[in-house]
Amino acid sequence: MPLRKGWEEMAEKKTVVVRVKRQGGPKERPRWEEFELEWRPCMNVIICLRDIAERPITRDGKVTTPVSYEVNCLEEVCGSCAMVINGKARMACSALVDQLEQPIRLEPMAKFPVVRDLAVDRSVMFENLKRVKAWVPIDGTYALGEGPRMSQEKQSKAYPLSRCITCGACLEVCPQVNENSQFIGAAIISQVRLFNLHPTGAMHARERIEAVMGPGGVADCANAQNCVKICPKSIPLTESLADVNRQAIQQALTGWLIG
Amino acid sequence: MRQPKVIIVGGGLAGLMAAIRVAEHGVPVELFSIVPVKRSHSVCAQGGINAAKNTKGEGDSTAKHFDDSIYGGDFLANQTPVQRMCEAAPGIIDLLDRMGVMFNRTAEGLLDYRRFGGTLYHRTAFAGATTGQQMLYALDEQVRRFEAEDKVKKYEGWTFLSAVMDEAGVCRGICGMDLKTMEVRTFPADVAIICTGGIGAIYGRSTNSVVCTGSAQSALFQQGVDYANGEFIQVHPTAIPGEDKLRLMSESARGEGGRVWVPKKPGDTRPPKQIPESERFYFLEEWYPKYGNLVVRDIATRAIHKIVFEMKMGLAGEPAVYLDLTHIKREELDRKLEGILETYEKFVGVDPREEPMKVFPGVHYTMGGIWIDNENAATNVPGIYAAGECDYQYHGANRLGANSLVSCIWGGMVSGPASVKYARGLEKGHETVSSQVFEREQKRQQEINERLLVQQGTENPLTIWKEMGAWMTEHVTVVRHNKNLEKADAKLQELIERYQRINVADRTKWSNQTLNFVRELYNMLILARVITLGALARNESRGAHYKPDFPERDDKNWLKTTRAHWENGPIELKYEAVDTSLLPPRARRYDVAQ
Repeated sequence: MPLRKGWEEMAEKKTVVVRVKRQGGPKERPRWEEFELEWRPCMNVIICLRDIAERPITRDGKVTTPVSYEVNCLEEVCGSCAMVINGKARMACSALVDQLEQPIRLEPMAKFPVVRDLAVDRSVMFENLKRVKAWVPIDGTYALGEGPRMSQEKQSKAYPLSRCITCGACLEVCPQVNENSQFIGAAIISQVRLFNLHPTGAMHARERIEAVMGPGGVADCANAQNCVKICPKSIPLTESLADVNRQAIQQALTGWLIG
Repeated sequence: MRQPKVIIVGGGLAGLMAAIRVAEHGVPVELFSIVPVKRSHSVCAQGGINAAKNTKGEGDSTAKHFDDSIYGGDFLANQTPVQRMCEAAPGIIDLLDRMGVMFNRTAEGLLDYRRFGGTLYHRTAFAGATTGQQMLYALDEQVRRFEAEDKVKKYEGWTFLSAVMDEAGVCRGICGMDLKTMEVRTFPADVAIICTGGIGAIYGRSTNSVVCTGSAQSALFQQGVDYANGEFIQVHPTAIPGEDKLRLMSESARGEGGRVWVPKKPGDTRPPKQIPESERFYFLEEWYPKYGNLVVRDIATRAIHKIVFEMKMGLAGEPAVYLDLTHIKREELDRKLEGILETYEKFVGVDPREEPMKVFPGVHYTMGGIWIDNENAATNVPGIYAAGECDYQYHGANRLGANSLVSCIWGGMVSGPASVKYARGLEKGHETVSSQVFEREQKRQQEINERLLVQQGTENPLTIWKEMGAWMTEHVTVVRHNKNLEKADAKLQELIERYQRINVADRTKWSNQTLNFVRELYNMLILARVITLGALARNESRGAHYKPDFPERDDKNWLKTTRAHWENGPIELKYEAVDTSLLPPRARRYDVAQ
């Protein structure tokens, strides 16, 4: 058996074919480049991109530049390396080559401005976290004693929401996020729910709900439910949207009744 | 009164905490980070954060936390700062709790604590197995609030190139590069707090994130900022090997009852579940009965090395051992360890609730780092402070698990106010410094870029990086021999020489990641030499630094801090006394009671 395996390897060295959508800068025209790389066990898309950087030559022998992309933790917890892989928005570090159909197609996410190649500018998400006041407003870092008590049950509900890595995949797949809309997207609205769940955060729930009541807010969700399916952290985004929507309706009604 | 200005480089836990403290003092902060701060490497910390809250009736105290930390660090850490940190830790937990970190809870709604390495107490607060992520987010949120109030200005997507020094050798700001536009620019300030984290990339593959290159530390070292105890590198006992990264399998897996074992029969190829209890070798439990699987990291790592390389008992002859959680209830595992189980499942494709994980040690943390004083986290260069993993202060020769998160927060709490005090005390602030000082540094840095971009070289930067990583991993990690260290240093010098002929494959002036990497690579090579030379000189074994030719700790000759210094040329090693004013050094024996 081992002999046979050796023969097979000699006869045909396995390769990986990767097609990358390249774009020199935000205003430049995109183009595709194809690379053929040596296959190795346990390869992921990041390893492919590193192989290209080490030998930036296309399949047809053209010398090119290494591919630009965002990357950091390599274990799907920092949110950097989101891109569209074979048509699906996901993290490149956890995209294993052996589980992907070839040629592997890599594109930048389309809902964010391209910086270069696969790197996009997602600063709008961080700006929107400001808009909804996604924080617990503490009085200061002085010694003010312990935090509020919380049941394990409540922690179990809040903790999954706080694992959002701001990767932007939920915006990428949302039909409501487009050139004609200001919809801030599921990730941000889910953070509103998280901070409204926290005992101190809840004291300022109205401000956060206020921030998602106008244009681009929670009412812009059309319930396509793509977000919850794509989320790499399995965050119950549709539950968050429904919950925040309920809070918004309640707040609108109270406001209307008080006049 | 003049308004001072503080620059913070790095937006992980230490940098964010320092930013909060400085902003609270009413001093404007400019915060620089290569990645959006929410994506900093602190997200990778998993298991938890230590504080002696004594909530389980075990009689734990901050004094015991201090003793465990000093003993675990093999008496190399300066004791006064460590004592202060351990005393501050319970308050740090309270603060994080108030900020909304979703720590796991008990039935009464209090924070839960678990066991961790190098202690016999339940001292580690945790948020599932993603504690670092949860803490980073909480601080990120607080800083975002200051940002919304214009008290903090963030420069995300900028890398640090150098400090701006005036004629008197005082730091007056920094020089950075915008990674999008590639603009090189100086930023005047009265103080720079360096919080640039770990150096894993020097080893090629490690548990660290891609940005953890140590480039900033090295650049500062080459400007005269001393670097201490570089030779002390923590190799974590349990990581999942991978070509791009060694993914950490947190100590909390063992804290929650995980057991490390190999089959008693070398080369046994039966599936692990078919190997009966009596045919398994739980070597950590057998060799270290008191601490068992939670023996400190350097010892657990050496034990695994012994099993694999000396006793040839690695799994199916491969360099791997089992980390077994399968005897623990699924529901409990999900509640306490979900993050790391998910990582194993996604990257290995096996459910660790059903089958034991295969793990092997991986480079994880640097105990050494930028030299700072014991009081203020100030470096030897006026105007430069340091906090977090990039400083050398709190972990001695080996860091205890879950002490890194405390030291990051504490470092930020110390350096923030100290730097404000320094800035306010300056007679002449950065605004009085001649513009030539800034122009000169900017020009120096621009010229490096220009030279690299036109150079027609033959050497590939990734190849040099991989060679450096392979040599460092082979010779400057778990087991160290002087003749190999000498060879490694010769290799590093060869790589530095080859670096002069480096080819930057990308010559564009927009978002050129290759150029940035090439610049970092040079700094990595210099810091690699600091680590290697420190290891070569230290002829003893202490904590993570182990030389079979000098197997004992040698307090008479080596109870001292290595202090590497650079004055336009060769790396100079100096030594200084360790503060042992509180606990007299005693033998470190984990195989018997302390």
